[in-house]
Formats: sequence, C-alpha cells, structure tokens
Amino acid sequence: MGELKGWKELIPGGIIAEAGNAREYKTGDWRTEKPELNLEKCINCFFCWAYCPDNAVIVDAEAGKMVAFNYDYCKGCGICASICPAKGAITMVEER
Amino acid sequence: MAKVVGFNGNAAVAYAMKQINPDVVAAYPITPQTDCVERFAEYVSEGVVDTEFVTVESEHSAMSACIGAAAAGGRVMTATAANGLAFMWEMLYIAASMRLPIVMMVANRALSGNINIHCDHSDTMGARDAGWIHLFSENAQEAYDNTIQAIKIAEDLGVRLPVMVTQDGFIISHAVERVEILEDEEVKNFIGSYPKRYPLLDLEHPVTYGPIDLFDYYFEHKRSQIEAIDNCLPVIERVGKEFEKLSGRQYGLLEGYRLEDAEYAVVALGSTCGTAREAIDSLREQGKKVGLLKMRCFRPFPRESVIKALSPLKGVAVLDRSVSFGGFGGPLFTEIRSALYDAPSRPLIINFFYGLGGRDIYPEDIEKALGKIEEVAKVGKIEQHIDYLGLRE
Repeated sequence: MGELKGWKELIPGGIIAEAGNAREYKTGDWRTEKPELNLEKCINCFFCWAYCPDNAVIVDAEAGKMVAFNYDYCKGCGICASICPAKGAITMVEER
Repeated sequence: MAKVVGFNGNAAVAYAMKQINPDVVAAYPITPQTDCVERFAEYVSEGVVDTEFVTVESEHSAMSACIGAAAAGGRVMTATAANGLAFMWEMLYIAASMRLPIVMMVANRALSGNINIHCDHSDTMGARDAGWIHLFSENAQEAYDNTIQAIKIAEDLGVRLPVMVTQDGFIISHAVERVEILEDEEVKNFIGSYPKRYPLLDLEHPVTYGPIDLFDYYFEHKRSQIEAIDNCLPVIERVGKEFEKLSGRQYGLLEGYRLEDAEYAVVALGSTCGTAREAIDSLREQGKKVGLLKMRCFRPFPRESVIKALSPLKGVAVLDRSVSFGGFGGPLFTEIRSALYDAPSRPLIINFFYGLGGRDIYPEDIEKALGKIEEVAKVGKIEQHIDYLGLRE
C-alpha cells in the first residue's frame, strides 16, 4: 500500500481517481498457507495456471515452462496443489 | 410582482422540481409524499421537463438508482416519507459517504408501529446520523424555497452532500396555502448548470466509486466527511442570502421570533413554529416576554447560532415530535442541551414530547409549555426534565 495518507489528502467520497490500480493492492498478505513448487516434479501441464483464480502463476508461454508463483497476489487458496496431476510438484506449506 | 398560487406542500415541491428540471428522478410512492411524485410524473409525461423518471420497485431501489445516477454525473432528486425513508436506510449512508449531492423531499410521517400515516419527525430524526443535511420547512412556501436552495447547497463544490428537505406530512404536504413562485428562468439562473465532479460517465477519466475501505482508510474517509458537513453551515447561510435577493424571503440557519428581549422561549421544528407564533403573540399581549427559536437547519447542527440565540434566556422548552427511546429526551432536546453546556450563561431547559402520530398541537399547548418553563425558572430547579403536551394520562 505504500505510505498511508492523512485524511486531508484524500479525495472526497472515497473515490479512486485513477484506473487500473487493483495491482497496487497486494492481496498476497491474506495468505496463511503458500504453495511451494518443486520444478523437478512439475510436468508443465499448466493446470495450475489455468485454475488459479488470482492469475498468480507465472509461466514462460514460449518455452512452455512453469516458472513460479507470484506471492504478491497468491492468496494461498490451494486450488493449484489440489488440481496438480504431478504428485509432489506443488505442496501447501504454512506461511511464516 | 411575484406570481402567487394556491399550492399544497407536495405541489409546491413538485413545482420546484419542475423548475429545477433534474436529469434523473427515481422515486416510489408512499403517503403523504405520493402526491408530490405523482405531480412530478405528470410534468414528465407532459414533456415539460427533460428528466429521466425511473419507476422503481422500492425505496431501497429508488435511493440506489439515485446514487448510480448521481455518481454517473447527473442532477438527481427524489422524495419519500416514513417507512419508505427507513427502507432507504443503508443507501442514505452510501449517498452521503460518496458525497453525492442528491436532493430529497421527505414528507415527515410517523414510523410504524402501530401503523400511522400522519406527521411526526421519527422518520428523518432516525436518519439524522446518515450524513445528510436536514432542512425543515414551516409551510408550503418554505418547502418550495428550501427545495430550490437545497440544490445549490448540495452541489456547492465545498459541500457535495445530499440534502433532505422536510415538510410535515399532511399538515403541510396536503394543506393548500398561498405560495409565491419564481419564474422558471429565475430558478434556472439561481441554481446554474450542474457542476460535475468525478462523473462515472467521463470515459476519459475513469474513476472508482465505493471501493472496499478497511481499517487502513475508512476512519480517514469518515473524518473528511465530518469536516465536509461541518463546513457547510456558511454555505447554507450564503445560499439563503442569495435566495433572499431573488425572492425577498429571508433564510438563515435558524430563525428567532420575538426573541430579542425574551426571557423564555420554545424551540421547535416545522409547522409547529406557526402554531408557536400564535401562542407567543397571545402571551406577549399579556405582557409575557416569550419567543420562539425555529430550527431550519438541523444537520449540520448550528451550535454557535443556537448558543447565541438561547444563552441569554432564563428558560427554554424544547419541543420534540419524535422519541429517541431510552435516551435522555428527544433528539432536538439532546442537541440543544448539549450545545448550551459550555455556553457563557445558560437557561434552564425542559423537554416536551408532542404530536406523535399526527396528534394536533394547539397554541394552548405551547402556552402551557412556556408557562411551565417560566414556573421552573422561578423556582430555579428542574424537578421533571421530560414532559408531554396533548397526551391523555
């Protein structure tokens, strides 16, 4: 969120006057568990990429390779781990 | 020479709405406001206004549609009463929080239960903390004048808050009176064109209304809302003065009647002020130094003006036409008494409940209230803070 503003600096009515600012809200800090990736076991099927509700799976489309999770926006829902057909490629671990 | 017509309060407000010619009106009928919206709907069907009239299925939807239209960048009006206002509840807060200058006429009516269609102030008093400006009207003329002024107050770039213009249900809304009306052009020039701010329909500058606002910013937004409503007192006064130039009729935050040399006074809202003038004239003839303080603006509460008007007095009787159950006195009493707490000198203050569910109030009731406060002030001690007028024991 960056530096929090004082009340005098705010636009009246709680209006957000710029478009496309959802990316500034790092929802990753809602997470209690995070997915850990084991690239050696990953079969690059992209199921996690397709199912992730937060667009938080980073892939290299040209190379056809799974790259990483984007922890700024991953809320730790666990859908990727649950849908993953390659046993042990994605493990949910407690966030510390 | 101003044009004089016979209008009831509803007709007067509908006529003001016609002259204002808002972009959008979304309203649902409820007694005693129905007559106002029906008349306005006739103006729409006759094509004398350009308004988009949205017929909604409830008051909750009416206020929701008003919020959408106002955020989009339109000049927006509506009207309601009693349970209709209660049904708008959550949307009232949202309209004010988003700083949308919606103007709404409320024909004050008792809230159920039991079911009652007549006047008291329980509806708008219940909405007093929603962040709206509240202007009370004493008669149909004031309902008309307040409606026109409300547009200019609400839309002021230093205010940008919704305004409720009230009139006592049936007593004003349905009683035909002499009303002086302005020319259409005069109203048009007075209110000017709508000053848009952050309109949703400005596609070049996209904005977001109503985002989630948690512990990080909600408090700061509320603080700026407190500042906004507190700061609009001078705007209400300024618009009143501008309106006086146009109409010859005076409007301030409050109005004193025979208060300059008074020792005792009643404080009241709405049509009861007319009844009080009668009682005061009659008591003055008997040599009693009595007066009236009429509160035109209830929200924001004009604390300093109230202190100035009431602190020199010996005794004040505050008349409340609604109850704050379990509270120490009615909403008007609580505010007045609190305002005077640290005044340089302060009168003894008692509270009278009256007129609930449309029970008539007579000049004799006001005389009784003034007699009681005189008695209390002479003893110098209040035995009973809260009393009733026109109630059977």
